[in-house]
Amino acid sequence: MLEIKCPYCGKRSQNEFSYGGDATIKRPQLGEEISTEDWDNFVYYRDNPRGKHSELWHHVSGCRQWFKVSRDTATHEIFDTCKMNEDFNV
Amino acid sequence: MSNSFRTTNSTGLINKDKKINFTFNGTIYHGYEGDTLASALIANGVHLVGRSFKYHRPRGFLGVGVEEPNAMVQLHDGNKSEPNIIATEVELVEGLKAKSQNCWPSVQFDIGEINNVLNRFFPAGFYYKTFMWPKSFWMKIYEPFIRKAAGMGKAPLLPDPDRYEHNYEHCDVLVVGSGPSGLASALAAAKNGARVILAEDKPNFGGSLLTDEVTIGNMSGKEWASDTISQLKSMPNVILKKRSQVFGYYDHNMTVMIERVSDHIENPSKYTPRQRLHYIRAGEVIVSTGSIERPISFGNNDRPGIVLASAAKEYMKVYETLVGKKPIIFTNNDTAYSTALEFIKNDIEPIIVDTRDSSNGELVKEVQQKGISIKFNSGIADTKGHLKINSAIIGKLDSSKESFISEETVECDCICMSGGWTPTVHLSSQAGNKLKFNDDIDAFVPDKKRQKETAIGAANGSFTLNQSLAEGFQVGFDLSNKFTDQNNPTNSPNSNEPSYEKHEKLWCMPLPSGKKPKRFIDFQNDVAVSDVELAIREGFRSIEHVKRYTTLGMAGDQGKTSNLNGLQYVSKIEKKIVPEVGHTTFRPPYTPVTIGAIVGREVGNHYLPTRKSPIHTWHEENNAVFVAAGLWQRPRYYPMGSEDMNSAVNREAANVRKNVGICDVTTLGKIDIKGPDAPEFLNRVYTNAWLKLPVGKARYGVMLREDGMVFDDGTTSRLSENHFHMTTTTAQAANVLSHLEYYLQVVWPDLDVNVLSTTEQWSGIAVAGPKSRDLLSKLFPDVDMSNEGLPFMGLVDSSIDGIKARIYRISFSGELAYEVNVESNYGLYTWKKIMEVGQSFDIQPYGTEALSTLRIEMGHVAGAELDGRTIPFDVGLNSMVSQKKDFIGKRSLSKDAFTESDRQTIVGLVPLDKKTKIPEGSHIIEDNSAVAPIPKLGHVSSSCWSVEYNNPFSIAIIKDGKNKIGKNLYAVSPLKDISIPVEVVSSHYVDPEGSRVRS
Repeated sequence: MLEIKCPYCGKRSQNEFSYGGDATIKRPQLGEEISTEDWDNFVYYRDNPRGKHSELWHHVSGCRQWFKVSRDTATHEIFDTCKMNEDFNV
Repeated sequence: MSNSFRTTNSTGLINKDKKINFTFNGTIYHGYEGDTLASALIANGVHLVGRSFKYHRPRGFLGVGVEEPNAMVQLHDGNKSEPNIIATEVELVEGLKAKSQNCWPSVQFDIGEINNVLNRFFPAGFYYKTFMWPKSFWMKIYEPFIRKAAGMGKAPLLPDPDRYEHNYEHCDVLVVGSGPSGLASALAAAKNGARVILAEDKPNFGGSLLTDEVTIGNMSGKEWASDTISQLKSMPNVILKKRSQVFGYYDHNMTVMIERVSDHIENPSKYTPRQRLHYIRAGEVIVSTGSIERPISFGNNDRPGIVLASAAKEYMKVYETLVGKKPIIFTNNDTAYSTALEFIKNDIEPIIVDTRDSSNGELVKEVQQKGISIKFNSGIADTKGHLKINSAIIGKLDSSKESFISEETVECDCICMSGGWTPTVHLSSQAGNKLKFNDDIDAFVPDKKRQKETAIGAANGSFTLNQSLAEGFQVGFDLSNKFTDQNNPTNSPNSNEPSYEKHEKLWCMPLPSGKKPKRFIDFQNDVAVSDVELAIREGFRSIEHVKRYTTLGMAGDQGKTSNLNGLQYVSKIEKKIVPEVGHTTFRPPYTPVTIGAIVGREVGNHYLPTRKSPIHTWHEENNAVFVAAGLWQRPRYYPMGSEDMNSAVNREAANVRKNVGICDVTTLGKIDIKGPDAPEFLNRVYTNAWLKLPVGKARYGVMLREDGMVFDDGTTSRLSENHFHMTTTTAQAANVLSHLEYYLQVVWPDLDVNVLSTTEQWSGIAVAGPKSRDLLSKLFPDVDMSNEGLPFMGLVDSSIDGIKARIYRISFSGELAYEVNVESNYGLYTWKKIMEVGQSFDIQPYGTEALSTLRIEMGHVAGAELDGRTIPFDVGLNSMVSQKKDFIGKRSLSKDAFTESDRQTIVGLVPLDKKTKIPEGSHIIEDNSAVAPIPKLGHVSSSCWSVEYNNPFSIAIIKDGKNKIGKNLYAVSPLKDISIPVEVVSSHYVDPEGSRVRS
C-alpha cells in the first residue's frame, strides 16, 4: 500500500485516495474547433510509461482535493507531490 | 509413553511443574508448559505425524520452527478446525486436539502409500503427460481423483467463530527477529531515541542466543538476551511483540505482521481476539531474520527421525527433549558439532559422519577430545525403517565424492543432518532487494535495496556472533539517527564464540551401489533429485520453469529448506555457477496466514457500512421488504397480509395512478453549488442551457462523460442568483461529486464555484398521484398549490409544524407529484405527518419496485438505460442537447458513429399475448426461425407489469428503434429458454403528452 503525501493534509495511506490518470493531459478549450483525431487523443489515448509518470490523485476520503503526484510506475517511488497550481520540485 | 525422551537437565524454557494434556490421533499424551506440539510429541517418542503430499510416505519432524515442511496437522474440530498447521509452531495448550492429515485409514496404515510403490509412474510433470486424453476426462475423472489423492488437511465448512482484529502502527525502526543482531539493533535504535518495534515469531526472544554456547560481555548469550529485553521493556519508545511474524513487505515500507494473541491460552476472555493483524508503516526496517539450516539429499532422507542438526539441538536445549537416543550426526560443516556436544552432555554418544576430509574447527576438536571418532570423507547412502528410521547405510566417499567406495549398515534412531545455513532473505527480497550470491557461504544475500530496508546478522550472511552484534549496534544507531537528534551510539560489547572451519560444497550424496532410493530435496512437495534431473533432461532450463515443472519450492513452506539445494543441484547438472542459474521469486506471505486474520472484523454486517434513511424505522415497523441500493437500504415494497411481491407492487403503483403514494427518496444524491460562476459551470456540465433558469425554478439536466456517453441525470434548482441545489441518482452520487470537483479543480480552476455534498442533510419525501395537490394543500395551507401558484418544475419554501420545508413540484412517476425536503432530523416526523393527513386521501407508501413500474410505463430512463453505452440520442434525450453552447462530451456526439441514424434507440415492447413478462436482459431478434448466429437488434433494459393497461411492458434499446415501432419482433432469453413475440411501441407508454405532470 502506497503512502501518498497530500499537499494539503500530509502523508496518508493510499486507501484514502483515488487515482485520476495522466496529469499532463490538457482538455481542449470549450468551443475550440478540433479534429476527431485530436479529440480522440484527448479522450482515449494515454501513454503507458515505465518509470516517472505525472499523475492526478484525488483525496477522496480526506480533503477532497485533486493534486499531482510524480511517481515511478515500476517501483512506485513517489518523487514529489504538489497542488494543481504548482509544479514538482523534483 | 510418558515423556521418555526428555533430557534430565532443566536448563531449557519449559516448566516441568506444569503438565499439559493433549490428544494426537485420538491418544492422550502430556507435555509441559512451554512445549510446542512438536516437542511434546517427540518427548513422547512420536515421530510419525503425517503422510507426504504425493507419495503418502511416512513423515516426521524435520525442523523446529517455521522451516518445518513435513509436520503439518489438522488442529481442533468442528468450527474451530484448522488444516495444515505446522506442529513446530503450535504452542501446547490444555486439551489441544491434533490429528494427522493426508492419510486413510490411519497414519500408521495409509492406503495412499500405494503411490509410493508406484512412484515411477508419478515423476515430475506426470499429470501434464498422463492425463491429457481423452480430453473430457480431465474435469470429470482425473482432476477430482488427483485432488482427492494428493492433498493436505481439510478446510472446515462451518463459519469461523473466532474474533480477529486489525491494528495500524507507525514506527521509526521496525526490527524483525530478536536474535543477537536484532536485539543489538533494537537496543541501539531505542537508546538513540527512535520509536522501535521489535517483532519475534517465537514465544521467547533471543533467537540463536537461546541455543548457542557463547558469551557477550560477562554474560552468557541467553542472559544477555534476557537482560537486553528487560532494558527494552522499560523504554517507553519500544514496542516488543513476540508470537508475531512479519510475513509481508509491501510498497513504501508497509509491512504486515500476524500476532498470535490467544492461541496459546487455555480459556481466553470473550473479547480477546484470536489473532491480530498489524499493518506497520516503518521509517526503516531492519531485517534480522537469521538463517535456516539446509538438509542434505541422500537415499530415503525423509524417514521420521531424520531432522536438522540445529533442530535436534534446540529440542534439547529449549524443550529438554531428545529426538533420539542413538543419533547419527551427518554434516558438511562445523556447526553440527554443537549438536553432537549437546548429545554428549546428555550422556549420549553420537556417531558422526562428515563429508569433509578433515576439520580443525574448535568444536570438532572438542568432540574428538571427548574420545568420539569421526567418520570423515563419508556420507549417508541410504536409510531403513518404515515408520521410523532404524538404521543407516554409511558409505566411504571416493576422491571425486561422486560415488561410494564401501558401505556399512549402522543402527540408529535418528539422523541429525546439516548442509550449512541459508540466510532468511525473504523479506528483503519482497521489498525489492536484488540479491547477490555469496560464494563463501554458498547462498544469496541482500544486495541492492529498493526500499528502506537493511539486512543484518545471519540474514545478511554474517554468521559470526561478533559480526552480528557489530552490525546490529552500528545499523541500529545509524538508522535511528535519521529520526532523532540525540546522536547517542551504543558500543558493541565483547563476545566470545567458537571458531568454525569452512563447509564443503556438497549437498547431494551419490546413490548407494545397485539401488535407486529417492533422495528428497523438497519434502513438502515430494520433489526428489531424480525429478530435477528429469526436468533438465526434458529441456527445462530456466529455474522458474524447473520450479513449476517439478513444483520444487512451491509448497506452503515456500521452499525454506529446499530452494537452495534445488538451485545447487541444477547448477551442478548444468555446470553453471549458481548466480547464473538465478533464484526464484520470494513472495508474501512468508508463513501461512489465517484467512480470518486477513478479513479481520469486516465480516457479516461489518462487511460494508449500511446507510439508512432517517425514515428507516417507520419502514421497518410497516412491514417493508428492503433492498440494497449501493450501501443504502431502501424499502422495496410493503406487503399487506399475505400479499406476494407482484401483487404488492401492482397495488402500490396503481394507488399512485389513482390516489396518492408516498416514497422515501432521501437516498438521491444532493449537491449544494455556490459561487458567481455557478450558472456557467452548470452550463458546461449539463447538455442543456442553464444561464437563464429563473430563481425558484428547477430544471431537468443530463450530464455526459467526455466520450459522449450519458453519465447521470437529475433535477437542479436555482435557490438564488448564485446558489443551486443539484440532485443526482442514488447510484452515481459520489461519482458526480468527484466529477464536479475534477472539473473545478483540474480543468477550470478559474471558475469561482464551490460544491458540497448535502445528501445526508436533507430528507426527501415524494408525494405522487392525482390527489397529491389536495393533500399538500392541507399540509401546507399557506402555500398556493394551484398550477399557477406552484407550476411544474417550481419550488417553494414553507414549513410544517414549525419545521422548515422546501417543496419541489417534480415528478419521476409521471403523475402530478411533489417532493417535500426537510432537514434530515425531521424526516421521520414529516413522513408520519404526511401519512396521517394522507389517510383521508387513501395514501399508501410505495417502494422501489413500484417506483420502477411507474417510471418504466412513462418511458423515463434510469440506470438500466444509462448504462455507460448510450448517448442522449439513444435514450430519447436528444432534445436535451443544446446546439448553441459547448459542454462536457459534446465534441464526441459529432463523431461519425454517434451520428448514424440507425443507432440502437429506446422503444417500448408489449408481448403479443399481453401476458408473458419479458425478462430483463432478453435479446431482441427479427426472425425466430433463423439459424444461429442470429443478428441481435438490441436488448431489454427494464421490465414491469403496466398497472395502467394491466399487461407486461418493457423498455428496450434496439437498432433503428424509431422505425421499428409497430413491428413484431421476438424477445429471446436463452438463459430461460424462452422466446416471446412482441410488438414494438413507443417507450412513452402512458401519457405520452406528459399532461398529468402539468395538470
